[in-house]
Amino acid sequence: MMAYIARRILYAIPILIGVNLLTFALFFVVNKPDDMARVHLGVKHVTPQAIEKWKTERGYDKPLVFNSSADGAAQFTDTIFFRKSVSLFVFDFGRSDDGRDIGLDIRERMWPSLAIALPVLLIGLLTNITFALLMAFFRATYIDVWGVVLCVVLMSISGLFYIIGGQYLISKLLHIVPVSGYDTGLQAFKFILLPVVIGVVSGIGAGSRWYRTIFLEEIGKDYVRTARAKGLSELRVLFYHVLKNAMIPILTGVVVVLPLLFMGSLIMESFFGIPGLGSYTIDAINAQDFAVVRAMVFLGSVLYIIGLMLTDISYTLVDPRVRLG
Amino acid sequence: MMLMKRVCLSLLALMCYTLTGCDGRPWNNPYPAGDDRSNILYSSFDQRPKHLDPAQSYVENEYALIAQIYEPPLQYDYLKRPYTLIPLAASAVPKAVYLDKTGKPLPENAAAGDIAYSVYDITIRPGIRYQPHPAFARHADGSPRYLQLTPHELDAVTRLQDFTGRGTRELVAQDYVYQIKRLAHPRLESPIFGLMSEYIVGLKAYAETLRKAQAAQGRDAFLDIAQFPLEGATLMDRYTYRIKVYGKYPQLVYWLAMPFFAPVAQEVDRFYAQRGMAEKNISLDWYPVGTGPYMLTVNNPNRQMVLERNPNYHGETYPAAGMPGDREAGLLADAGKPLPFIDKAVYSLEKESIPYWNKFLQGYYDTSGISSDNFDQAVRVGLQGEAEAGELLLAKGIRLRTSVGADISYMGFNMLDPVVGGAGERARKLRQAISIAIDYEELISIFRNGRALAAQGPIPPGIFGHVDGQDGVNPHVYDWVQGKPQRKSIETARRLLVEAGYPNGRDAQTGKPLLLHFDIAASGPDDKAYLDWLRKQFAKLDLQLDIRNTDFNRFQEKMHKGNAQIFQWGWNADYPDPENFLFMLYGPNAKVGKNGENAANYSNPEFDRLFEQMKSMDNGPERQAIISRMVETVRHDAPWLWGLHRKKFGLSHQWYHNAQPHEMANNTLKYIRIDPVLRSRMRAEWNAPVLWPLIALLALLVISAAPAVVSYVRRERRAAK
Amino acid sequence: MDFLPVVLPTDGLIFLLLVTVMVFAVYVRGKEHLRAPWREVKRSRMAAAALVVLLTYALIGLLDSLHFRLPLADNGAAKMEAGTETEYSTEVLSLLDVMAAPLRARVEKTYSAPFSAYLFARETEQRADGTEVRVFPRLKYGGRHLQDPENERAADILVASARAVAISLLIWLGVCAALAGLLARRERVSFSTMLRRILRGETETPWRVVLLTFFIILVVAVWAAVLSLKYHILGTDKVGQDVFYQALKSIRTGLVIGTLTTLVMLPFAVLLGIMAGYFRGVADDIIQYVYTTLSSIPGVLLIAAAILSLQVYITNHPEQFDTLAERADLRLLFLCVILGITSWTGLCRLLRGETLKLREMEYIQAAQAFGVGHSKIIRRHILPNVMHIVLISVVLDFSGLVLAEAVLSYVGVGVDPSTHSWGNMINGARLEMARDPMVWWSLCAAFVFMFTLVLAANLFSDVVRDAFDPRLRKQ
Repeated sequence: MMAYIARRILYAIPILIGVNLLTFALFFVVNKPDDMARVHLGVKHVTPQAIEKWKTERGYDKPLVFNSSADGAAQFTDTIFFRKSVSLFVFDFGRSDDGRDIGLDIRERMWPSLAIALPVLLIGLLTNITFALLMAFFRATYIDVWGVVLCVVLMSISGLFYIIGGQYLISKLLHIVPVSGYDTGLQAFKFILLPVVIGVVSGIGAGSRWYRTIFLEEIGKDYVRTARAKGLSELRVLFYHVLKNAMIPILTGVVVVLPLLFMGSLIMESFFGIPGLGSYTIDAINAQDFAVVRAMVFLGSVLYIIGLMLTDISYTLVDPRVRLG
Repeated sequence: MMLMKRVCLSLLALMCYTLTGCDGRPWNNPYPAGDDRSNILYSSFDQRPKHLDPAQSYVENEYALIAQIYEPPLQYDYLKRPYTLIPLAASAVPKAVYLDKTGKPLPENAAAGDIAYSVYDITIRPGIRYQPHPAFARHADGSPRYLQLTPHELDAVTRLQDFTGRGTRELVAQDYVYQIKRLAHPRLESPIFGLMSEYIVGLKAYAETLRKAQAAQGRDAFLDIAQFPLEGATLMDRYTYRIKVYGKYPQLVYWLAMPFFAPVAQEVDRFYAQRGMAEKNISLDWYPVGTGPYMLTVNNPNRQMVLERNPNYHGETYPAAGMPGDREAGLLADAGKPLPFIDKAVYSLEKESIPYWNKFLQGYYDTSGISSDNFDQAVRVGLQGEAEAGELLLAKGIRLRTSVGADISYMGFNMLDPVVGGAGERARKLRQAISIAIDYEELISIFRNGRALAAQGPIPPGIFGHVDGQDGVNPHVYDWVQGKPQRKSIETARRLLVEAGYPNGRDAQTGKPLLLHFDIAASGPDDKAYLDWLRKQFAKLDLQLDIRNTDFNRFQEKMHKGNAQIFQWGWNADYPDPENFLFMLYGPNAKVGKNGENAANYSNPEFDRLFEQMKSMDNGPERQAIISRMVETVRHDAPWLWGLHRKKFGLSHQWYHNAQPHEMANNTLKYIRIDPVLRSRMRAEWNAPVLWPLIALLALLVISAAPAVVSYVRRERRAAK
Repeated sequence: MDFLPVVLPTDGLIFLLLVTVMVFAVYVRGKEHLRAPWREVKRSRMAAAALVVLLTYALIGLLDSLHFRLPLADNGAAKMEAGTETEYSTEVLSLLDVMAAPLRARVEKTYSAPFSAYLFARETEQRADGTEVRVFPRLKYGGRHLQDPENERAADILVASARAVAISLLIWLGVCAALAGLLARRERVSFSTMLRRILRGETETPWRVVLLTFFIILVVAVWAAVLSLKYHILGTDKVGQDVFYQALKSIRTGLVIGTLTTLVMLPFAVLLGIMAGYFRGVADDIIQYVYTTLSSIPGVLLIAAAILSLQVYITNHPEQFDTLAERADLRLLFLCVILGITSWTGLCRLLRGETLKLREMEYIQAAQAFGVGHSKIIRRHILPNVMHIVLISVVLDFSGLVLAEAVLSYVGVGVDPSTHSWGNMINGARLEMARDPMVWWSLCAAFVFMFTLVLAANLFSDVVRDAFDPRLRKQ
């Protein structure tokens, strides 16, 4: 197992290099340091000297990938690419263009993101399984049929409508929770309640339908028939046998997304004013703060790779036949 | 089972609410329940401030914070109009002493050409002290406590608050000199350095000196700029310093009311420059240190900024006199009372406009500026432009105040363009025709709900040089009809177009249709509608408009290269002087090649000559005459469609007192008074939670699940048989 | 009439897609094993209803994909000398624009509610006696034919609706009869027998459902057509444009994103996925590396970067784009491509896995042993056996992509702001929500149009999946 993990980590390095190269190419070719300087210096009284100064201060005054004026290895190391990208590998994200330490901001902002994403995942899982079990239990009755139809209907509504509608109804008309904002500790409850409910509701359609398929597949298997023949009640069969076995694909599906929970939800966070990583990313895109964008891309890739790794490991844990080799 | 869970969840939610307080207090209060009746002002910020360092900050949302903290020598009178400078930290508004080339004093009425230097002596009031701050903290023996931190000591620190020691010291003139020197600091990007180095004697060379010194010391070493003398800013005595500028520059006093010229204590700079501070985001950019009525105590740009009363504040009283009508408006009720009134101001991050607006209506923000384009519904405005508070707002007792912004947002023609630009008659007629065709009155009513004023020229109302009424109307675009300006008819524009050689939008010689390009950086949801509207306007003259929409960077680049043809641009006044607007049409300020603010690259020798003359004049009929001539010149040449001046609508709740819009001053928080008890009552009244729809929904779920339960029970029974 | 046809890149691809689908249909007709699942789809009532809806959308989308430029009106003065070539307007129109010309042309001053005869904002009006009053002025076009809207409007709408229903009923009866006749001839039964079968739902293809859905759509369409000439049936937006027209125009954008994205990514996904699984070794490593790298970059960020770089390209090459439509179209196409890049990896991974399994099958091992070329094995044995995966993922992706467009437009990296799209409508409407009284019609229109399409697509894809997925078919 340890050998496997070590190998996966080694394998992740070329991927991360690729990611870095790609983001670097996309962002720097598009947005030359001059552009960045201009965006950040605003529109009033901007002189070329100010732009030069801005670039020097942030290390953008070097050549992009090849420094012909340097010697030896410095030809490659004394460049924007090397300076800005390589440090990411040791999780040194540097400073955002507004001068704040990105690492500190990320560490601070991941908690609000988690405070939303984790409950959405857990409560969502619970609700979806409940709904799916209900439909599986009443399969081939009107409840199942209408349940599936309802799921498809729920799925067909854009997430934006859930957010806009939920905020309008619950916060504006009914005054149940604050419209937006965030607070730390227990105070956070009133702020995350609505986003969590919306997150869960918007996921019910796709989630329950998928789980229903898994349950039905499981119900069709021989052991279920055996169990039923033994005289176990339908409820018992469903809860003991089917649920237990169906949890394997469900949980392994969940494991992939676990690390990415840190990244937060782009739209939800900006709508509800949650100071998480999702809104951090959106702000960075809008402000063209590429130091932050690069950091977020890198972080996203790392988490994604960890997710893949966790999935593989979880397969071996639930199914001893799978060997990681 | 699912229902059980639902019920449990709801119960849990209810319980949590009970915990946070259920005594008739609203559930949707985003602030801690204990603060409900405190003397706290609630406001917001919509983007992270980038710089709170007074040498670098130049953005309105940053000024909203630092203007309450730093005290430059001068300030604007809160109530007097036109805007008047009064002393703040200084004991008087300084008078310039003019010198000739040899340094001999000249009489006050000397010709501008003879004046080689102007000298301003500024005396500050003694006894002003800084806010408590660790940089001033001292050991028992009087040596500074935190200026020689070891890495070990720093390890325990994550925020500024972790330094337990605090100290203060008296404000001295040296701090002002120090800040002027900071404008040239090689590691700081002061947006006005370029401009100021043209005026402050020796500043340009000074920056070069510092740059060399920094290079010699190494990039990360602390550069002690106090060691290096600067000719333009010198210390006279403990409370007096001198600023020396080239030539005559009467606008300097306006700059003295801006945070660029606020004091910075050297030990503060030294404190923040210590190794390891920047990594923890502890810097002057994030933790300002001033002498003003407030100090920044919470600085979390991800969520909240909090200003609290500065215990060392030197004190000031509410102005005793205002303009006619101010007393009736209740603005003088607090005359003579000590400032500030509010204990604490909480600024929450609010990126989206709708939540902001809803919270304002619920009473969780005390004011709402509607200067942002999003809130065009706040006030019911007719298509003709005049505002009336909406019924909803009236019912809540929300008050509306309007003021015309000292700004202009215009549409410019690139004067270097072969088709629309140049001094030629043909292009000029074309520009004039377009000026008439684009109906800014309609634009204002559709897109800004009347929150703007169609501009008649480059100078907005409230600035010297602006003329109201019939004399102030742009005769090339408007007629004066029944006491009102009326846009000339589209036939007039068409006639001009024929004269320009484009009958029906086609080149008379080649028959080719005239295709114009409009460059804009637009991405907002409203922009599509705006662009559609704009195309319609050009279509009135049968002109084809090609809209080249791009991102802000590309747009900037185009402007710099002079590749734009027609573009949109805007300007916010730095200070209330016509020079700050007319310089945008001054030839040597052209954007292309000279990187100036003259985005249209307009150049007219006559205008340039008058500008140089006008620039150094004092306000008076003589200056007005010259300005009128200049304005007429540019109106005739029409390098801009004069566009509009924004009208700023301030909304405030009934518990918010002394609100008076001020275009120039930012340090206005100290004048504001609120009535927290009334606020608490209104909040409770407006925000009673409505529960029945949720209960109904729950009931519906129960009912819809009932048949399932019934059929399950039936099935079980059948199985049991 | 004189016009200059314009084929925008997406138009071209749409027609390419159309041709592909037709070729595929012909191909399937000849293969019994491929027809079987389709027959199952055909039998499903749900699929039939959904398909009718989808085809309606597709028809509108296609009409909106035939673009051209009209000549500029020559009104005498401009006609300087003969022999100059005709100049065309820079405005690119589509057939739909021409058909909906009244909708496009009837622009009010600003907001007006659905079916309203009045503007949504007050205006000062001067009375005869010189006093000024604040009133809601009448609209220039909506409800102009009414003398006294307060009292006449309801009756007018009712009468017009009744007429619309009557017209559509007539058309529908005609279509029913024609269909029954056609089927009767094909199946060689009498017309009345056929009609009875259809009405009782006894036909193999659920014609009754098809006709019923068709009837509903017909009524809605005719009703909308009749009434939108008299009123703004979904109101007008901030600059007074008809919201119904915008919603119609948005259909094409939604369809383009939903279909072209797949079309663009499909060759890569299929080719690379199969290659990785089939050749294994180095090829597999490289392909896996590429798709892991791509999929590990958060999609929104990749899209944002790509859209930004496109902007740079457009700005630097203004001469290549004559019209705004071309620029907007390029951005749309680019968005499809970049969405394709971010979404092909999932399919690629599935195909790789499936191919890995397939290549161990005996018949493929045998083919390899006989020395059959790789390309032939892939073409003959592997591709047909993974087609169901491709098909399922294509139909499943469609609705997700339509929904993604809205989110991307919200973030500001979606289609061009000048393109009509549901995302842009929602994005604009979000500011209208804060108005008081609320302007709800843009949001509702976008919601209804988008919801209908996505729901139909979801229902249809459900049936397709059930029919094609061998795992589900077993049951």
